[in-house]
Amino acid sequence: MRVALFITCVNDTLFPGTGKAVVSLLRRLGCDVDFPAAQTCCGQMHVNTGYREEGVRLARHFTEVFAGYDVVVAPSGSCAAMVREQYPKLARPGSRGAAAIAEVAPKVYELSEFLVDVLKKDDVGAYFPHRVTYHPTCHSLRGLRLGDRPARLLRNVRGLELVPLPGAEECCGFGGTFAVKNPAVSAAMGADKTRNILDTGAEVICAADNSCLMHIGGTLSRQRTGVRTMHLAEILASTEEAQ
Amino acid sequence: MSATFLGMPGNFPKNASQAVQNSQLRYNLRKATHTIRGKRAGVVAELPDWQELRAAGKAIKDHTLRNLDRYLVMMEEAVTSAGGTVHWARDAAEANRIVAGLVQATGEREVVKVKSMATQEIGLNEALAEQGIAAYETDLAELIVQLGDDFPSHILVPAIHRNRSEIREIFLDKMPEVPENLTDDPPALTEAARLHLRERFLRSKVAISGANFMVAETGTLVVLESEGNGRMCLTLPETLISVVGIEKLLPSWRDLEVFLQLLPRSSTGERMNPYTSMWTGAVEGQDFHLVLLDNGRTDVLADEVGRQALRCIRCSACLNVCPVYERVGGHAYGSVYPGPIGAILTPQLRGMSSELDASLPFASSLCGACYDVCPVAIDIPEVLVDLRSKAPHPAAERAGMKVAGWILNDHVRLAKAQRAATRLRGLLPKRLPGPASAWTDTRDLPEIPDESFRDWWERGGPDERA
Repeated sequence: MRVALFITCVNDTLFPGTGKAVVSLLRRLGCDVDFPAAQTCCGQMHVNTGYREEGVRLARHFTEVFAGYDVVVAPSGSCAAMVREQYPKLARPGSRGAAAIAEVAPKVYELSEFLVDVLKKDDVGAYFPHRVTYHPTCHSLRGLRLGDRPARLLRNVRGLELVPLPGAEECCGFGGTFAVKNPAVSAAMGADKTRNILDTGAEVICAADNSCLMHIGGTLSRQRTGVRTMHLAEILASTEEAQ
Repeated sequence: MSATFLGMPGNFPKNASQAVQNSQLRYNLRKATHTIRGKRAGVVAELPDWQELRAAGKAIKDHTLRNLDRYLVMMEEAVTSAGGTVHWARDAAEANRIVAGLVQATGEREVVKVKSMATQEIGLNEALAEQGIAAYETDLAELIVQLGDDFPSHILVPAIHRNRSEIREIFLDKMPEVPENLTDDPPALTEAARLHLRERFLRSKVAISGANFMVAETGTLVVLESEGNGRMCLTLPETLISVVGIEKLLPSWRDLEVFLQLLPRSSTGERMNPYTSMWTGAVEGQDFHLVLLDNGRTDVLADEVGRQALRCIRCSACLNVCPVYERVGGHAYGSVYPGPIGAILTPQLRGMSSELDASLPFASSLCGACYDVCPVAIDIPEVLVDLRSKAPHPAAERAGMKVAGWILNDHVRLAKAQRAATRLRGLLPKRLPGPASAWTDTRDLPEIPDESFRDWWERGGPDERA
């Protein structure tokens, strides 16, 4: 199957390892991965901070770049939710933009959706012998309604012990520019989230969004906890040979 | 008299940064919101048709709002023909003037009040005080707030920020009749309040209420409550004045059925609230006045995205699940409407000309928990994002976002910026100066990688690895 990878600007710039993991995972599962070079950003930061005009420009760019593909996979619940849930609200009903969005948006999948719903796989043949807890990020939980897809994938990873995260469904406090516009509340939410993570005794906190993990990981690292953050793709890409 | 929120200085981030440091407040809020949250989840899960009820609530409200002009006139006619008098108030000042005039016409100098958000919104107690009329709150929590010269901090449980020993102090200080050996045992505190209020109920000739719902076809007003103080106020006094927002209308009795299920389960986490009072016009010789309040609602109705906020039935389920509200409480929002609903209602009702009101749409991580629990499906994150695009932006932020937008709109520019970041990463201090310190005060920065994903891909990285 031919798959276009929407890496997302955050992963592209700061977490290339996640992108590499997605490529190796999808190739291992028999997909032909294409990376449309003109892609940039879905525009979520601009739209959600109140810069609609800039955001709409980026959304238009996205729909142009990915127009010709049957399947677009993004290793981010938040960016996939932006395209699927928020793009349709950005264009005037009946406009050309609305038609372009209606065409491309349903083809955009978050990684675990693509694996479970399209490839019909909840065992991707991964090996990761560690104690892991999973944080369902808000946009993957309440936006895309990923449900137990990520957990099903993780439970089938050989060697992996998945421990439940108390208060898992509560926001970590990242919230995009919320993290810097309301730093005190963001930090308070982050502190509660990291305390819950530490209580699990997990070595790794896993999520489907590196932006949330950047906030959680930045807090864990400042507290010198030694707990690692890992994107879901990186765990699923791990194999016995690679260890 | 409790102070008014109007004209409160500051902004949300500043207020919130002080509130989060109050560990007693954090503990009280966490305990209370998690308790109500759990109760709500339990009684909502009991109903297999909750999502259908929710959709019905939304549809009824949307229909009513679309035909509000018609239903308001229907309401006026029904109340009038049942012996009541209807008054129309464009704004807070007009509503306060009408109510003060009605009280003065009775010759009374004091009134008892049923808990009401609308009268708090217009600062009625303060306006009456200026005319020499004392308004006494009779809801237990509102009484605590009023006696403590305090602001309410929650729609349903306005004294959520107070613990029982604080309440004991307030009672000892402000109720002359309570004995000095009053304990902070909740039944003892409640009994003290009962005795204090009972005398007021029997003495007062005028009561002021709001309403949870108005039924247009019959002209009936509906109040849901837990303590019975509302029933006392509504039935004992000779004159009853109800101040109700124009969006509280429902077309018919049939519609009420949906909301009598949605509201208690969402609000207190009960299947049914203890007291539901309904009255139509002037009952048993009581003089009844209905003040229909606009106060910005018509403007909200004109906004295609924002108008959904007028569906709100003030249940406060969104407050109880909000991770931001849970950590800062209601005062930081500077409005009688705190939490997620306040963050979309206040800037629409009051506008965004003050620093505080302009900061409210940003008082959310957009986590979406509020939308999930809203019994009338108000897409609060959607309205927040829309308001953010209308809010004034700081000049430096605007410039930064413009540059970011310019870079992100072209992959060649983005690649150049990524390479520049890699080259310059050694210069990045662990703690950033200026506004960027908002990140690094509590969090480490992520490491900037040797190369971006796109550069790795461009140079044939995937095949090199295989």
